[in-house]
Amino acid sequence: MASYRREIHIERTPDEVWDLVGDPARLHDWFPIDNCVVEGNKRWIYLASGLKFEEEILVQDNAMHRFQYTIINNPIWKDHLGTIDVIDDQRGGSFLIYSTQGKPDVLALVTEGAAGAAIKKAKQILEATK
Amino acid sequence: MGRRILFITTDQQRFDSLGVNGGSIARTPVIDSLARDGINFTRAHPQNVVCMPSRSTMITGQHVSTHGVWMNGVPLPEDAPSIAATLRDAGYKTALLGKAHFEPLLDPFLRFAENRMGRNNEFTEMFTMPDGSVVPHRGFDHMEFAGHGAAGNLHYVTYLRANHPEMLGNFIANLDGDLEVTSERGGDTDAPQVRRTNNTPTDLYHTDWVANRTISWLDSLDVEDDWFCWMSFPDPHHPWDPPSSEIGRVNWKDLDLPPGYIENAAEREAILRTKPKHWMGWYDGSFISNYEAPAKWLPSSLTADQVREINALVHVKNELIDEAVGRVLAAIKARGWDDDLDIVFTTDHGEMQGDFGFMFKGPYHVDALMRLPLIWRPAPSAKIPPATVTAPVGHVSLAATFAAIAGLPQPAYVEAPALPVSDDDARARGHERVLTEWDSVLFGKVVGSRTIHRDGYTCTAMLPGTVHDGTEGELYNHAVDPLQRVNLWDDPSMKSVRDDLLSDMRQSFPKTVLPLRDCDAPV
Repeated sequence: MASYRREIHIERTPDEVWDLVGDPARLHDWFPIDNCVVEGNKRWIYLASGLKFEEEILVQDNAMHRFQYTIINNPIWKDHLGTIDVIDDQRGGSFLIYSTQGKPDVLALVTEGAAGAAIKKAKQILEATK
Repeated sequence: MGRRILFITTDQQRFDSLGVNGGSIARTPVIDSLARDGINFTRAHPQNVVCMPSRSTMITGQHVSTHGVWMNGVPLPEDAPSIAATLRDAGYKTALLGKAHFEPLLDPFLRFAENRMGRNNEFTEMFTMPDGSVVPHRGFDHMEFAGHGAAGNLHYVTYLRANHPEMLGNFIANLDGDLEVTSERGGDTDAPQVRRTNNTPTDLYHTDWVANRTISWLDSLDVEDDWFCWMSFPDPHHPWDPPSSEIGRVNWKDLDLPPGYIENAAEREAILRTKPKHWMGWYDGSFISNYEAPAKWLPSSLTADQVREINALVHVKNELIDEAVGRVLAAIKARGWDDDLDIVFTTDHGEMQGDFGFMFKGPYHVDALMRLPLIWRPAPSAKIPPATVTAPVGHVSLAATFAAIAGLPQPAYVEAPALPVSDDDARARGHERVLTEWDSVLFGKVVGSRTIHRDGYTCTAMLPGTVHDGTEGELYNHAVDPLQRVNLWDDPSMKSVRDDLLSDMRQSFPKTVLPLRDCDAPV
């Protein structure tokens, strides 16, 4: 099973970062997908290639700033776990960390590549606004 | 009106595949004639032996350490230098037809322009550069992409989906259900990635499709236009599944084994044990370090007949390429462009094709993967005499060559002078050595190497990694060991030669731009 992590520093408070990345319905604002729909603890994401993933939200901890989800009912993904953490840098900024694990290894790598682009976009969005 | 440029590339083609370079099976009269009328480089190396880094060197004129595409899956930045953009700025019409692969192919999110354009059947995408200028993707007015079959999001696949969906299943799928490089077997010998039943008509196979799209783009130009056209065939890269109507051209049972194949397993394995550990590790399945070959296929299981059958299909693919090139050249001649046309032919890297008991490719810096066909047929109007250049040259010189053909100064971003037109010219321009590098970090396995070829020696230093401690390497004297079977790295009598080559290599490689960019996909 592959395990990857991407991280970025953002000049915004953890609460400000969490407002964006902790809202599961706003994923398409910063992650390279076309759209997403949230119903209870379920989320469906729609990719530009036409693929659709069903996800189960496992953790949405507004105090700890942690979000965890798993992709389910998928013919390829196995044992997926995605984790988003926002960590206080103690200087008024934050670290945004996106981790992916699961099988197949190749899909974990490709997803983490997308996550790398996503956290850069989150930084761009957040630092462009006050 | 200047000199037009037709840049022809193939994917994974060996030096010895062409008749002009000693090949005796595939008939390649068109490309052979370019060599006879032009300059045939007999020691041309890529700067990396897999697609994305190698192709990024072609378009940027930079070593891998500089352009930063350090392994497959690392995208070339949108704002990277591009000789196509330089030529376009000078008034050239520009196009790339066929395989690009500056960006990952495995892209379900459609993050990358190549996949977006292919999926949406669009032929350019505009990009805003850091200076605010808005330019077409990588400087090409027109791009139409093809890959190694019928999977993915490239234009060729989109075309098949729309017009011939029944043919999608004819091709071997590159990846299996676990998204690993497929280990599907087939053919008469149960060989990896072989299929003899692809009933796609030849004129719909990707080789002809690339040629047809090239002719179509050329037909769209005015006769007075200057143009740079990169025609990029995905073949003869695996999978080995050419149209079934063509495979009768070469009967594998008639083929001799290639000189690089060591039929006696004990002798083969004894030689592999003299090479750095990753050689034997791949052979016996104990160290699969990269995504360039099927992880579930064991090289030690390769039989002599499988080598023959695969090679026969490669020869068929190479003949189809030669014929497709001939059609394009005829179309160009019909437009009256031939006298002012420069043609450059090469490939991105080689193929083991049986050497040392391997197929496919990986971190193995020997002639099978590094010695490439490179031919430059200058425009007849330039009156450059035909020549054979034995001096070492690399793809890193291509961008400067294209600029020189167009009458432009050498771009500031390139790291090597233009290709020479003779060995004397090579000395004058400083073509004394050629460098190749490898880095891969995939699924916890790290391999790195740096190679210099100079004075008839190839010297490779392995960097510290998962199975190397940084002391191993390879040294071959091509004058007495053209098949690179005798590793002189630890030969005390060769220490001064080795150390001199290593010193030159360390001084010659550009400093690696750090930090390394993220790898976003395996390919």
